[in-house]
This record gives sequence, C-alpha cells and structure tokens, in this order.
Amino acid sequence: MVMYNFSHLQQLEAESIFIIREVAASFDKPVMLYSIGKDSSVMLRLAQKAFHPGPIPFPLMHVDTTFKFKEMIAFRKRMQKEIGFDLLVWINQTGIKRGMNPFDFGSEEHTRVMKTDGLKQALDHYGFDAAYGGARRDEEKSRAKERIYSFRDRFHQWDPKNQRPELWNLYNNRVNKGESIRVFPLSNWTELDIWLYIMQEDIPIVPLYFADERPVVERDGNLIMVDDDRLPLEPGETPKMRKVRFRTLGCYPLTGAIDSEADTVPKIVQEMLLTKTSERSGRVIDSDKSASMEEKKREGYF
Amino acid sequence: MYNDSKNTMPTTEAEVIEYLKRHGEKDMLRFLTAGSVDDGKSTLIGRLLYDSKMIYEDQLAAVIEDSATHGTTNTDFDPALLTDGLKAEREQGITIDVAYRYFSTDKRNFIIADTPGHEQYTRNMATGGSTCDLAVILIDARHGILEQTRRHSFIASLLGIRHLAVCVNKMDLVDYSQEVFERIRSDYEGFAAKLEDVDLHFIPISALLGDNVVDPSENMPWFQGGTLLYYLETVPVATDRNLIDMRFPVQYVLRPDLNYRGYCGTVASGVLRKGDEIVALPSGARTRVAGITTFEGDVAEAYPPMAVTVTVEDEVDVSRGDMLIHPNNRPHVGQDFEALVVWMNDEPMKLNGSYLVKSTTNLVPAAITDLHYRFDINSLHRLDADTLNANEIGRVAISTHRKISFDPYQRNRSTGCIIIVDRNTNATVGAGMILDREKRAAQPVEATAEPKSEHIRREASTVSADERRALLKQKPTTLWLTGLSGSGKSTIAQDLERSLFDRGQACFILDGDNIRHGLNRDLGFSAGDRTENIRRVSEVAGLLNDAGLIVITSFISPYREDRAKAREIIGDERFVEVHIDTPIEVCESRDPKGLYKKARAGEITQFTGIDAPYEAPDAADLVLQTADTPVAESTRQIIAYLQDQGLLKA
Repeated sequence: MVMYNFSHLQQLEAESIFIIREVAASFDKPVMLYSIGKDSSVMLRLAQKAFHPGPIPFPLMHVDTTFKFKEMIAFRKRMQKEIGFDLLVWINQTGIKRGMNPFDFGSEEHTRVMKTDGLKQALDHYGFDAAYGGARRDEEKSRAKERIYSFRDRFHQWDPKNQRPELWNLYNNRVNKGESIRVFPLSNWTELDIWLYIMQEDIPIVPLYFADERPVVERDGNLIMVDDDRLPLEPGETPKMRKVRFRTLGCYPLTGAIDSEADTVPKIVQEMLLTKTSERSGRVIDSDKSASMEEKKREGYF
Repeated sequence: MYNDSKNTMPTTEAEVIEYLKRHGEKDMLRFLTAGSVDDGKSTLIGRLLYDSKMIYEDQLAAVIEDSATHGTTNTDFDPALLTDGLKAEREQGITIDVAYRYFSTDKRNFIIADTPGHEQYTRNMATGGSTCDLAVILIDARHGILEQTRRHSFIASLLGIRHLAVCVNKMDLVDYSQEVFERIRSDYEGFAAKLEDVDLHFIPISALLGDNVVDPSENMPWFQGGTLLYYLETVPVATDRNLIDMRFPVQYVLRPDLNYRGYCGTVASGVLRKGDEIVALPSGARTRVAGITTFEGDVAEAYPPMAVTVTVEDEVDVSRGDMLIHPNNRPHVGQDFEALVVWMNDEPMKLNGSYLVKSTTNLVPAAITDLHYRFDINSLHRLDADTLNANEIGRVAISTHRKISFDPYQRNRSTGCIIIVDRNTNATVGAGMILDREKRAAQPVEATAEPKSEHIRREASTVSADERRALLKQKPTTLWLTGLSGSGKSTIAQDLERSLFDRGQACFILDGDNIRHGLNRDLGFSAGDRTENIRRVSEVAGLLNDAGLIVITSFISPYREDRAKAREIIGDERFVEVHIDTPIEVCESRDPKGLYKKARAGEITQFTGIDAPYEAPDAADLVLQTADTPVAESTRQIIAYLQDQGLLKA
C-alpha cells in the first residue's frame, strides 16, 4: 500500500503556501513586507511557489531605515532583477527631516520612528489591508502566542487580549475599513527549518550571513560592523578586521556580529547546533528588558 | 539544543547535511496539553523542552532570574517559566491563551499547542486542539479526575483528537504510589467509555522532577509503559488522515494570461490523479484533470496536505469556494446542516442572528436556526437551553444562504469544520463540527396542545365505550405506578397483572424499559426527554383504555407536572395514581439492575434520586409502603382500592 508520506518540511511548505494563497484570494490589497533577511527570502520563495506558473500577484515592500547594511540593499536590487517582483521602498520622510539616527536619538527612538512609524505610514499611504511578515513563533516567547492572522486596529495596534480565535485552517479575513491584518505564513517554522529549506532549495541569501573578514568595533559586548562612515567612533576605538557573520540582519549599528568561521549553510547550522545563545540576542534593541518585544508589538512593530 | 540528548552532534559538513536532511524528512506530530490550573501543564512543557535540550542558555538564564520574582516552586528553577510568555499572564501566574512551542527529537518534530486549564477558556482549548492529532491530559495525582479533566477530554474527543495521553502528574507528592495511579486510571477509563473513538494511554509522571517525561523514572519501577516522550515519538498518526474521499476546495483561480487557467488549492482528503474524471460542486459540471502543477514541475497525483494547482480539460466555470470531487464519492451539498458548536464570544449566540459561516474556502451568510440542546460539559448531560454563552457547547441547526459542500466532521475533519463570524463585529464567535445527519437521533417532537395541521379532525367510532365495557365486563382504568428505581413498581405491576388476568380482566403493562426499546428509543433522560417520554406513554395508555383495557404503567415519572399532564390526557375518571413509596436507602440496597452502583460511580448520570430529582406526589390516590410488605399484600391493597372505587367488580 502506498503510504503517501509527507515530511515535516513538506508540511510546513504546504501550510505556508495555503496561507499565502488564502490572503491573496480574500483581501483587497495585500503586500509582502520584505526585510531582505533569510526568513524574508524563504517567504519570497514560498510566494513564488504559491502562484507558479503566474507571477506574485501583490507587491513587496521594504521599509528602509537608511541604516541597513549596504550589502542588504545590493541584494534587494539583485533579487528584484532576478525574480521580477513589484517592489515598493518606503523611507519615513518625517524621520529624515528630523535627522533621525540611532546614535543621537538612541536605538529605541530610531527604530520606533524609522521602522515602526515608517511601516504604519506606508500601510496607511497605500491602503494595504493585509501585510505578510516573516516572523516565526519560535523566535521569542511572546511570539509563541501570535496568531497567523494577527488583527490590527485602525492604529495598527495589537491587543493580545482581543485576537480572534484561530481554528483549523479557517482564517477569518473580515476587517473594516482602516483595519488590517499582519499575516505570518512562517509561524510554525523553526530556525533550523529555515536553514534546511535554504539549503535544500538553494535560496539566495545576503552574504552577511556567511563568515568573512569585516571591519568591526566592540561595544558593550556586541561586535558592531563599521559599514560606512556614519558610525561615530568612541575615543580610542579603531575598527579591526575580524572574521565574523550575522545571525540576524537589521540596522547595521544595532546588529551585533559573532566571531565565526561558518561560510556555508551546513557550517552555519553546525555552529548553530553548538551555539548557546538564541537568535534575537544579537539584536541590541531586544536586551532592554525581558518583555520588551511585547511592548513593541503592541505599538505595531513586527 | 535542537537535538535529542541521545544524538551525537554532527561535526563534519557531510554529517551536518545528513543531519539536516534527516530533520526535514521526519514526520510531525501536533499535540495539545490540557489540564486544570495547577496540574502542572507549563511545567510539563518546560520539562519536555529542557530535557530534550531545546532551551538556549540565555533563555534559561532569564528564567532563573524570573524564578526569583514569579516562581511558584521551591526548586532551583521553575520549568513553567520557560513557556509562559505574556507579561499579564505571568503576573497572574496562569496561561491565558494558546501558545505554540516547537521541539524535535531524532524521531519526530513536534508542535505543542499549550492551552489553558482555566475555567472560562474552553474556547482556547478548542482553538489549540483543532489542528492536533493528540492530546496530553494532565491529572494531579493528589486530586484525581476533576470536572475540568472531564471537560478537556470531552472537548478533545469532540474535536476529533483520537489519541489521548493521560498523564497522572505530581506522582512525587503521592510517594510514587502505584495504587493511586491505578485508581485514577480506572476512574478515567470508566468516564472515557462515553467518549467516541479514542485511543487511551496512561503514564505516571512528575513533570517538576522529570520522572517518566523524557527519562524513565527510577522511582516507579512498577511502571513499564515507557515515558511520555517515547509515546509521543512512536504513536502512529499518519493513518488518521482520510485518503479515501477526494475533496479539493478551490482556493484561488490562477489566470496569469489568457492561455492558462489553474485552480490553486490544498487537497483536503483523498487522492487526486492526473486524468481523473472530476465534478465541480455545487454546479455539477464534469471534466477531467489535465494536469497537476507545482513549482517543481507537474506531478501525477496529489494527496493531503499538498498545495497544488489543477488544470482541467474542459472549459468549466469554477471559482473560489467550489469543490472538485470524484463523481462516485460525493460530499453533502446543501444549505442546511447540524453542528456541535463551541461558542467563543462574550456576546451570547443569537438564534436567527446575522452571521457568516466559513467552511473550506467558502464564506457565506448564514443563520443559526435552532438550538437543540446544550451540553453540560462536565457531566456530558444534554440540557435544554435558549442560547449558548461563551465557552458553552451545543447542538445547533444552521442554514446558509448559498449551497456549500461538506462532510460530517467525524468522517472528514477538513471539510466538516466551520467557524462562525459575527457580521457586525467581524469577530470569530463560534467554531463548529458538522454532524452526520443520517445517524442522528430523531429530535423529540415538541408536544403541543393542538395537532400541527388544522386539517386534522377526529373520527367517531361506531362502537361506543359502553359497548366495549359491556363486552369486556370491566371499567378501563390506568393504574399509574410512580416511584424511584428499585421501589418495586415492575414487580408489583407484574403481580397485579397476573392477579387481574386470573380474575378474568383484560389488562396490559406499559413498562418503562420496554417502551424505551421501541416507541421511545429516541429519548434520553434529560428533563425534556423525560417529559416527552411520559406524554407518549400517557397517549398510549389513553388509547388502550379507549380500547377497553386496564392499563398498568410502570414508570419512575419523577415530575409532578408530567403526571398531572398524564392524568389530563388519560382522563381524571380513568386515572389512578399509585405512589410506590419506598425509601431511597431501601431501593439502593435492593438495586436489582445495579443502576445505583453505576450512578454513584458516575457511570450513568441524571439518575433519579442520585443526580436528578424525584417529586413525590402530594395527593396520590393510593400510597403503598413496600419496605416491609410482601408483593402480594401490595397487589391486594390495589385491588381493594379499585373495588372500593367501583372500578372493579368485587
């Protein structure tokens, strides 16, 4: 008898494709938030698969804080060219006018204005009623409770006590004008699943994930890459070339590198299996307090 | 840390590649954990994650730090804090929502739906359980089975979760006693006999100390059944899928250009093959599968839960919400169905209110037209109800504005589930499991004073009541025996029937159990069903009296109002109410059918005198004390009464 086996990874893929199609079919104006990171790269591949042989029927959008790594922007351009999706880039002009940067305003203020507020502005500007994001539930404790369709009110706020129950694969797509959902097709993927999928599918990712000699300075236990001359150096601080890589990608002054020799996906996975710190601890913004992610989510951060 | 402790870490690149492939090829088990507030659910999950090395050191450090402020245990760290995420719930010390956790061993990948045990959160358990193959039911060894244990088990079984891992937790607090474990197991088995189609597995554990969770317990050498993790790793679930009834709900119509039209969707059940003859529902249009497309290329067949794109040979009109099926295996197509519904909103259910129902990829306006009953989810009793409040479960009739295709949930989880959405607030207010109408028990017709149709008229007989009395030489009477189970009704009825017959009287017994085998086999023991039972019996007794017979009824008939109705139907002049007044202690000591014992053990419920009322008559025509009276004496008293009243010749 044929068993019709379906592996764990195939199940995750099928579930994500179902969600991506369901949103495209039942919302007026969806958009896929493209952060250029590895999870976004996987989500992008799943969107290609969902509508093959057709094109992706919604635009991708990158909320640019102007402090992203240069290599991320180069990679974004390359992907757009290779795959041919519609791409929107949004920069919060109010923030630009204020001269927003993480050094003078602090990491929290910078992230709030350029990322959180920028995202809200962009969603309002285009009138998107559904935004795909690449967040996973295993990333952080408070995300374990996030819905696949995460309902946001007119002010893009997330109320953990007022989320719709989600049963089977019957997602409730009803929103009033001005309200929206964030939808997380990768909710059930773990970091290991993401890497395995990248390897198996040969999905291109930003080279910053792989170890290389890069100029870094050490601050408060974090290795910060000197990606351009906007990073003010403290007295006595000189960038040193170190073989490092990044476990997550965000604004370069706010993203810590790790010393690493891993320059292939299997080596990254091997390093990850041996490593003793969880993924988001490389992000400077998360170490503020233990439940800070939850507060950011309430405000509309992904 | 992603690895089982028994695994060795891959070191070379080739080993890592091999390791990754193995990880991807393992299958997946989704399970939920349910227990009462202090049963140790979060602790168990924390233990599974910790012992299977899923916890990163920085998370562990945060937990140890947190243990000082939030910890509820006296050990060095509280595993529960590994899983409790939201601030508010941590401050309350309880989990208030469904949280999903991920871990894997070298055998399987797991998704845990961590669902709350708190009283008002039935809905969250339904949510978490809807996608699960297995439920871990936690029982505190010190307390045994609580109401919430029954509730969680019942909801799990309603949701079609076939495998229940019943963990008797906190065994360390009962000295790892085998006797305690066996008693709880036996109690649970008694209760679970009422649940449909479940596979039970019992394990004694201590989540806090780790006994029998991941590692076998040294403290319970008497238990050889394997650890919880071993069970989770080995229980077969792939066979739970429905591979027979092909259902392909169309999700998205793909038209990239004029030459291509594809139907995107996920196979809900069954196997779809290239070349298959298919029917599109609800239109009924027939065609064949031209191809099954995926990003990787065309495939010959698709099965659940594959997400594919189907092209067909003919130009048929198919859109989102339609269902492709095989011509000889059809779902129900219609606008009316019944479902068990879990109500999830603080706003109570409104009969005929304005709702939407989502079923597969359809979202259609619908009304809930009837509420047949509500479950008391602790006792599983069916109760009469006007509405469903949040966290209540009931059986409803639903009418949709358009035809949809569906199957009974027990047969097909994917095409038998629905959610109910409030059209005004857009909130998801209910979740339902469609019932099989072929198998349903007929609902009792509501007894009305008047016939349902105004065109019904009584016909007169040419034989008068007097002529019948003269023929049979008796006055037709109904002797209505009422009393507790075991009071002696049936025994007296039989002795009386014999005596009357031997005296040349035409008589007949209507017995409760006999009637429930036939005429009233659709009725249970709820208050509503009992009333209907008595109404029907009264009508029959009245007819038999009309035919000239003496009738002896032997029914508990516990409600005064029902007996008053019986008197009204049969006619006051023909009705003799005989109260068989036996104290409950005497009835229980007799217990001829072993029913009191079962009722006391909770195996049968709504048992009169135990957990259902008996309203003794205020003014019975005759009261018989049977505790110290031989049956013949009771019979003699009844015959004497009939003779005194002129109902029986001396």
